[in-house]
Amino acid sequence: HRVDSRTIYVGHRPSTTEAFIPPKFCDNRIVSSKYTVWNFLPKNLFEQFRRIANFYFLIIFLVQVIVDTPTSPVTSGLPLFFVITVTAIKQGYEDWLRHKADNEVNKYPVTVLENGRRMGTESEKIKVGDVVEVNEDETFPCDLILLQSTRDDDTCFVTTASLDGESNHKTHYTVPDTEKDLDSLSATIECEQPQPDLYKFVGRMHIYKTDREPEIRSLGPENLLLKGATLKNTQRICGVAVYTGMETKMALNYQGKSQKRSAVEKSINAFLLVYLCILVSKALVCTTLKYVWQSKPGQDEPWYNQKTQREKETNLYLKMFTDFLSFMVLFNFIIPVSMYVTVEMQKFLGSFFITWDRDFYDPEIQEGALVNTSDLNEELGQVEYVFTDKTGTLTQNNMEFIECCIDGFQYKYRDAVSELDGFSATDGPVSKLQEKAGKEREELFLRALCLCHTVQVKEPTGRGQDHTDSMAGVDGMEGCPPPHEQTGFIASSPDEVALVKGAMRYGFTFLGMESKKMKIMNRSNAIETYDLLHVLNFDPVRRRMSVIVRSKSGDALLFCKGADSSIFPRVRQEEVEKIRVHVERNATEGYRTLCVAYKKLSPEEYARADADLQAARLALQDREEKLIAVYNQVEAGMTLIGATAVEDRLQEEAAETMEALQGAGIKVWVLTGDKMETAKSTCYACRLFQRGTELLELTVRTLEDGVRKREERLHDLLLEYHKKAVQDVPPTKPGGSRGWSKPSQDFGFIIDGASLSMVFNSSESSSSHYKNLFLQICQNCTTVLCCRMAPLQKAQIVKMVKCSKGSPITLSIGDGANDVSMILEAHVGIGIKGKEGRQAVRNSDYAIPKLKHLKKLLLGHGHLYYVRIAHLVQYFFYKNLCFILPQFLYQFFCGYSQQPLYDAAYLTMYNICFTSMPILAYSLLEQHICVEVLLDNATLYRSIAKNAMLRWVPFLYWTLLGVFHGLLFFFGVRFLFGNPALQANGQVFGNWSYGTIVFTVLVFTVTFKLALDTRHWTWINHFVIWGSLCFYVIFSFFWGGIIWPFLKQQRLYYVFAHMLSSASAWLVIVLLILLSLLPDILLVVLRKPLGPRARQVGYITLLNYHVPFCIHGDL
Amino acid sequence: MSKEENTANRPDNTAFTQQRLPAWQPMLSAGIVIPGFVIIGVAFIGIGVALFVTSQNIQVLEKDYTGIETNSSCFKCTNPRVKNCNCTINFSLDKLFEGPVFVYYGLSNYFQNYRKYGASKDAAQLTGDLAYFTEPSTSCVPYQRDAKNKPIVPCGSIANSMFNDTFKLFQIVNSGNVAVPLDGKGIAWWTDYNIKYRNPTTNPLKNAFNDTVKPIFWPRPAYELDTTNAANNGFINQDFLVWMRRSALPNFRKLYRRITEGEYAKGLPAGDYALVIGYNYPVKAFDGRKKVVFSNVSWMGGKNQFLGIAYLVIGSLCVVMSIVMLIVYAKFKFPDEE
Repeated sequence: HRVDSRTIYVGHRPSTTEAFIPPKFCDNRIVSSKYTVWNFLPKNLFEQFRRIANFYFLIIFLVQVIVDTPTSPVTSGLPLFFVITVTAIKQGYEDWLRHKADNEVNKYPVTVLENGRRMGTESEKIKVGDVVEVNEDETFPCDLILLQSTRDDDTCFVTTASLDGESNHKTHYTVPDTEKDLDSLSATIECEQPQPDLYKFVGRMHIYKTDREPEIRSLGPENLLLKGATLKNTQRICGVAVYTGMETKMALNYQGKSQKRSAVEKSINAFLLVYLCILVSKALVCTTLKYVWQSKPGQDEPWYNQKTQREKETNLYLKMFTDFLSFMVLFNFIIPVSMYVTVEMQKFLGSFFITWDRDFYDPEIQEGALVNTSDLNEELGQVEYVFTDKTGTLTQNNMEFIECCIDGFQYKYRDAVSELDGFSATDGPVSKLQEKAGKEREELFLRALCLCHTVQVKEPTGRGQDHTDSMAGVDGMEGCPPPHEQTGFIASSPDEVALVKGAMRYGFTFLGMESKKMKIMNRSNAIETYDLLHVLNFDPVRRRMSVIVRSKSGDALLFCKGADSSIFPRVRQEEVEKIRVHVERNATEGYRTLCVAYKKLSPEEYARADADLQAARLALQDREEKLIAVYNQVEAGMTLIGATAVEDRLQEEAAETMEALQGAGIKVWVLTGDKMETAKSTCYACRLFQRGTELLELTVRTLEDGVRKREERLHDLLLEYHKKAVQDVPPTKPGGSRGWSKPSQDFGFIIDGASLSMVFNSSESSSSHYKNLFLQICQNCTTVLCCRMAPLQKAQIVKMVKCSKGSPITLSIGDGANDVSMILEAHVGIGIKGKEGRQAVRNSDYAIPKLKHLKKLLLGHGHLYYVRIAHLVQYFFYKNLCFILPQFLYQFFCGYSQQPLYDAAYLTMYNICFTSMPILAYSLLEQHICVEVLLDNATLYRSIAKNAMLRWVPFLYWTLLGVFHGLLFFFGVRFLFGNPALQANGQVFGNWSYGTIVFTVLVFTVTFKLALDTRHWTWINHFVIWGSLCFYVIFSFFWGGIIWPFLKQQRLYYVFAHMLSSASAWLVIVLLILLSLLPDILLVVLRKPLGPRARQVGYITLLNYHVPFCIHGDL
Repeated sequence: MSKEENTANRPDNTAFTQQRLPAWQPMLSAGIVIPGFVIIGVAFIGIGVALFVTSQNIQVLEKDYTGIETNSSCFKCTNPRVKNCNCTINFSLDKLFEGPVFVYYGLSNYFQNYRKYGASKDAAQLTGDLAYFTEPSTSCVPYQRDAKNKPIVPCGSIANSMFNDTFKLFQIVNSGNVAVPLDGKGIAWWTDYNIKYRNPTTNPLKNAFNDTVKPIFWPRPAYELDTTNAANNGFINQDFLVWMRRSALPNFRKLYRRITEGEYAKGLPAGDYALVIGYNYPVKAFDGRKKVVFSNVSWMGGKNQFLGIAYLVIGSLCVVMSIVMLIVYAKFKFPDEE
């Protein structure tokens, strides 16, 4: 059974009252490695053979070993061995690196305080309950509860860069009122069982004192120092280990993301199934025909070919079965091991081109694109829906204070004119032109801005480091505040910095916080000090935050700032109206608005709030809910002072990018937590909504017409919009019509979080109906805007679209922690290396520095990758079909005896050496259209939409081509061998000559076929294509030119040379190659699109991804 | 931040990493393809005509001697009980059969390409390795050892089933029959009898075969295959080598002799001929046929109509297609030339 909480004895000292049973916890060893030296081989092999393809090849290999089969086990064993070994080496190396990293962490020297003595030990030996000492710039060896800090405000600073990538300093607090002498501290900690959420921790500390009742302190995430974080700006801390080893939050978060599979992979598997069916049916046909054929008298056992005793005795059905297996083995090359290797290599190597792309390099953050998974490269070319976050993605998240409004009077900051008192009223309401709010109100507002935040002042580096007493340095700082503009602020959200800086411009400067005292410098350069009593943290549900401070005069003041929707209901209504005008106007201009309110707490009120807050913080269960309840209670009946407007500029080229995406037939949905008005204006700015776009709104505002219930109204609106957007629109032809003809009316759909949850959560029966209507409306709109979304709702929307009919490929792009859920949910998740930490980047599949890079990523790289891999897959199936088909046909001429047509060396080398490099080079380098053209013509993206090159029609085309070539190769040579006297000296050719001629034609034809499809011949292509052919010829010469001592039979001895000495063989090879390629050449020529754009994009409509034989239409 | 750090993360600006390698981007336009097709077509027609004429000029004389029909002279030999049966086939040539003339024997419905049959030999034995004389490979079963458990050399089905009909050709002239000399040299691949197959170095060769038995169906042991030429014995006997090179298809012909000597080197003059066949090889059991073929050869080998016709067809196809394309493009005014 599982207990909900664990109890930790600090320093392993039993509390006096209870019997001390040392609880068992796991040790502090981090094991990220998968294998040990002993289990590597079995475990790794087991995991590799769990892959269906490897298992298949293993079975084939075993059949070859056990049953008497035509080809030696080496032919399939060697490639399999090669693949398995390479993978094992790669995984072994990676695991070795992990071992090394683990060791580095586990053997890291740490100091543990044991009964007053400082003991040096290794990190892995830390036990839960140990008191650990950590010095500045060291990382925490396990999750610690902070007990003691050398800073005298009982705080310490940490960075969690290695955990979530956020490099700002975070403040953590010691458990209040613990004794300075840790040796005499007798306490237990009761906390929840380990859980992976980095930002959640609930615990309680009991401090026992000999003469008193145990005291209880609440513990929260601010007391917890996470393993992996680094101590900064603090000389030394002591903490007690609560979670160790694999139970630390870092280790719990380490679990890999779930594997995403690309649509191409699904296509490959489907094709694989088809080929497996072909394989089995070929084997079945051969087995059946063999026994039919043998039943004719004299055929089964002619005198020249008598059976062995054992064969005669074998059971007929067993013989049939082994024959079937033998045929399977003979034809198994139709599904080559090498395809998987080549596809993986293509993906792995191909993804480097994204990392290498200089266009993705951003000089500001000095980083380029990041590829977290290479499995999805081609999916980038298939995106149908883009879900984008607004803040930080469409906009820069670079906040600038634009204006504020105090008591209904507008103050606009102008850079050039900074008047002495900082304020100048402009553009105010006409009637109150030049009017200002009272000085008292102004100052109150500015104080609120200065106090109501969680911003830290960045401490100058290099200061105080040489002093043993760091406080001396800080003291020195007090006297000379740094010049205003150079002050660095660190905050979790850029809005807060913008506000603090805004207040600074008007003369109120936040100087920093020391021992829970906030210092501000007011307009008359006097320093005011406030005691920070409580911080009521921001959270996306409340959408506001508050601070409670005590001023010098002893008044307890509550300052609150937050979204208008969350502030307005909590202030006196008569104040609201004059400010609402400003807020709404600012919102339509695309600014982020916050309202500021305050409340003076009477001593009684404060005492009650203080008690409630303390109680809620101590709660072990449902602490969050209880806290929110208290917050709501405290933040009531406030007075509205004013509002601020902060501009969040659009990202570079945001509009162009969005336009390109829409031109590419991609539907863009904006999912944001922001206000509707702000989001709407951003959409207009990004040209997602255009002038002519008819907006369909489904928000709380439209739902409330005051007469009917919301549910009824929702029903009516949904039906109305459905009629407008779905039913009244002339039905477009299914399939090919997407794109070229623009729908007569553009629709934009707007929904907010509340309405969305109504759609999703309405009564059981209608829920799926509403969802359906909603989805249909959305799918017919060019842009959908979802505002006021919680992170989970974002993921819900993505999931809904992902699972809708046709399962479109979705892409989510975002930069913040609130986008992680949708990034993980979508087929492709893209993180922007923005300002809101690195969570999105860590969880994404690809990360880019800026939104504008999305265009090239999708239209350029995505398009090319898709074409490359699609061609690779189709070509691989094709080349193996025409490789094995002659061998199949040969069975009809050799009494179904499983006689291989080709020599074993050719069977093995065909896929590994002779034909693998050209297609790999093609699949890495091909640019059937150059990137610039792709970027300029977004519509080209539509030509490959819906997996166009891997649908059944192109597959059928390639399969038919393979069959055609196979038939041609076999029967062409068959007719030549009507008279096997093919040499000028009258000598005859045997069966190996036959196979070699077929094989030569095969190798040349499939290589030339690829050459025909190659539009982009770099020197590498030339090298591998001509090199492969040369290698084939040279190899054949050597293979047949030397008596190889390790070969039992010199079957190919001088076969190739004799073939080359025969004029007829040359002529038939040339003939068959040309005849095979003739249809392709014709198609290439006739396929050329005619029309005005032919020049520019002339060669794009390759035969590969159009239905073949549609040329008549073009002509 | 220093300058180096500035550029450290920046991807290299090389043509390869930026996917900007200079590239040749060929376009198969009508302007290339139509002339190309004409050239290929004309060339193919030329080759086709040459092949066809060459093939037409090759003289071939085929005689089936299986003896299925009761009136055939070889009918009597089809009875398996008749030993050392000889039969004669007469034919006449009304013009010179140009030399050098090649004599082939042909078998049909004979599966020399049967897998188990093909594997039934011991390659090491055939390279003269005496160790394998006493211990032939198990792949030779059921022709590995005889009933007395003595090793068979050469072992295996292929060797055992070696073709053993003999042919003698006589020209019938007034003075009686003149034997046409048949040359048994140069019928197998040079590499086969010089390198790939080797006799044991034992001298005389016979001694190497002590304690072994000849293949069951063979009339004479391997070291006595050619009684006229001592060097043409053992595993490098050319008839044996020709047989050991397995045919690709169940209907095949193999080179038996060349007529290269004396007055017949220039060919067989017009006249009557008698082919005396030593009929030993049974084929009726599996519904096979035997034939003997006289043929002369050209640079392209034996007579083969297929190549010539195929070249002519493809060549004309190319020409026709180029004309069709020309018409199509003319109608659309060469849009890519605009």
